[in-house]
Amino acid sequence: MASTRTKEASEPVLRAATVSANGAAPTAGGAPGEGLGLTREDLLRMYSLIAVTRAIDERMWILNRAGKVPFVISGQGHEGAQVGIAYALRQGYDWMVPYYRSVASVLTFGMTPREILLAQFARAVDPSSGGRQMPGHYGAAQHNILSTSSPVATQVLHAVGIAFAAKLRKTDQVTITYLGEGASNQGDFHEGLNFAGIHKLPVIVVVENNGYAISVPASLESAVEDIATRAAGYGMPGVIVDGADVLACYRAGKEAVERARRGDGPTLIEAKVTRMTAHSSDDQHTKYRTAQELEQEKARDPLPRFRQQLRDAGFLDDKEEARIASEAREIVEDATDWAESQPEPDPATATHHVYAPGTAGAGAPASEG
Amino acid sequence: MPIRTYIEAIRETLRDEMRRDDSMIVLGEDVGKKGGVFLATDGLFDEFGGDRVVDTPLSESLIVGASIGAAVNGLRPVPEIQFADFIYPAFNQIVSEAARMRYRSNGAFSCPITIRAPYGGGVHGALYHSQSVEAFFAHVPGLKVVIPSTPYDARGLLRSSIRDDDPVLFFEHKKMYRAIRGEVPDTDYTVPLGRAQVTREGNQVTVIAYGLMAAYALEAAELVESDGISAEIVDVRSLRPLDVETLLESVRKTGKCVIVYEDNEFGGYGAEIAAILAEQAFDYLDGPIKRVAGPDVPAVPYSHTLEDWFMVSPDRIADAVRELATY
Repeated sequence: MASTRTKEASEPVLRAATVSANGAAPTAGGAPGEGLGLTREDLLRMYSLIAVTRAIDERMWILNRAGKVPFVISGQGHEGAQVGIAYALRQGYDWMVPYYRSVASVLTFGMTPREILLAQFARAVDPSSGGRQMPGHYGAAQHNILSTSSPVATQVLHAVGIAFAAKLRKTDQVTITYLGEGASNQGDFHEGLNFAGIHKLPVIVVVENNGYAISVPASLESAVEDIATRAAGYGMPGVIVDGADVLACYRAGKEAVERARRGDGPTLIEAKVTRMTAHSSDDQHTKYRTAQELEQEKARDPLPRFRQQLRDAGFLDDKEEARIASEAREIVEDATDWAESQPEPDPATATHHVYAPGTAGAGAPASEG
Repeated sequence: MPIRTYIEAIRETLRDEMRRDDSMIVLGEDVGKKGGVFLATDGLFDEFGGDRVVDTPLSESLIVGASIGAAVNGLRPVPEIQFADFIYPAFNQIVSEAARMRYRSNGAFSCPITIRAPYGGGVHGALYHSQSVEAFFAHVPGLKVVIPSTPYDARGLLRSSIRDDDPVLFFEHKKMYRAIRGEVPDTDYTVPLGRAQVTREGNQVTVIAYGLMAAYALEAAELVESDGISAEIVDVRSLRPLDVETLLESVRKTGKCVIVYEDNEFGGYGAEIAAILAEQAFDYLDGPIKRVAGPDVPAVPYSHTLEDWFMVSPDRIADAVRELATY
């Protein structure tokens, strides 16, 4: 398996809160997480995931600007929705079919910062593709995260197929997939939702609506403002959630997971998010977004909002916040240095994995060296 | 030995493989109670139920895309595209996704699906029920493309395709479904992918073909025999991967080669064979490599006279063999 690798030094991991004074489930009225079954540890872990994802994301752009990685596509502004929703799944048992902004989703579902950075540097042991795909095309067999491509919305059908198999095999697995609102105009999105609705498949389709398909604004992408309304055409609930409200996202994810697990079928979740960066490192978004708009959008950044929510509830103080920030820095430094030091893929392996081993004949290169 | 039509061989193989492997499902348009528009899946719904014999909406991209996902999560899907002409909405799923899954994940994921589709003309199917689409897919690394020409091969190759761990496009010529009969052993035999077969030995001209054209080539060999011409027929069977050695061995012996395919001539699959022979058998050639193929119009027209004009016939193949034999 391509994903197996030896770590010379163990990768620093996200820890739960170090201070456990009020570590049980919050009891104060109106406290974050109340009624959701989330403990303070859960909340701080979610916050840490968002913080670490943001730190990794920012590092990607720095590496790009420094000329170390040719391409970046990432998810700043999407992390709250991604962590909130994915936190409701069973890691390593359920299935995730991500898209190119799913940095926080795949980290929540078990991939590690080193694995993300391996994809950035396109190293041989990159579990997503062994350095074959552009960065952002995450996949990890050991975490049940399916490999993804670049044509948008194709993954919706894969998620639906995985869910069909789960239902037929009675595995109790829930499958979640993600796409942007731009991709929701592709036929595959509609074909997938239709089939999922017909068979009441245990699948969750999350549209991360950031208002832009590269440069094309939502008003020119869709005749309806809310993509979630399309769910009605496919016999499933469509849920709209503020993507900067991490716990609202968790609630939407949790309800969708429970519905799927009960056998009541699919859910379409639309998370209204903001894209804080250009579409990718090859895009100049100031060409179609005003400075004023970009400034205003900062208010929709999930990271400071969640931080304040936790501080207001007394779950996060200066010391804990500093600890998490320092931990995030340490994790990113480690992941960057470690991944960069890993070997590049050997061109002698470029003909591997075209076909299953043993396939021979013209048009089939040697499958193994 | 039991005699079966081409479609009976396919139907029985689907049934046997579903009995053998609980993870196998078939899905497509009308494959359930109706048993498929050609009855290739007739009886499967009654035996295996709607969970494993799945009538889908008219959504070809879904049929293939959901098959990819189902394969990832432990099933062995055998989707049917009702007519090869309707496969294009699924082209992206086949070419961008199924074909590249293994490679792009560096071997972490695979895509064991066998996409069956009836192809070919000569049945009054006109532009959109007659097409030959193999060249599009044979071009793509990661895909396997198989076209049987006998009931024996249909059974043996379909078994191999279903059991194979790569995506296979399995094209069945619809004119052969009931017109072609042959011996089909009642055993668990397989015909391996990637092997061509010499179906008639000869020593003056090699004819390379597949599908209905492989059957027509055998008829053409009979026609030229009365002219004293000995034609050797090679049935490609597996277009990708291709058994180049069997082709080369024949052409080295005869020194002359006619390649026959029903698809439009320009850029068709036969062009690849011609290129390989030109590169690897040049020293043995005593005449030009000839192609007998469909004319370069967008598709097979409907009218009887127009369709006859389009279709490659045993006579046209025989003419090409006679012409080449004079070199």
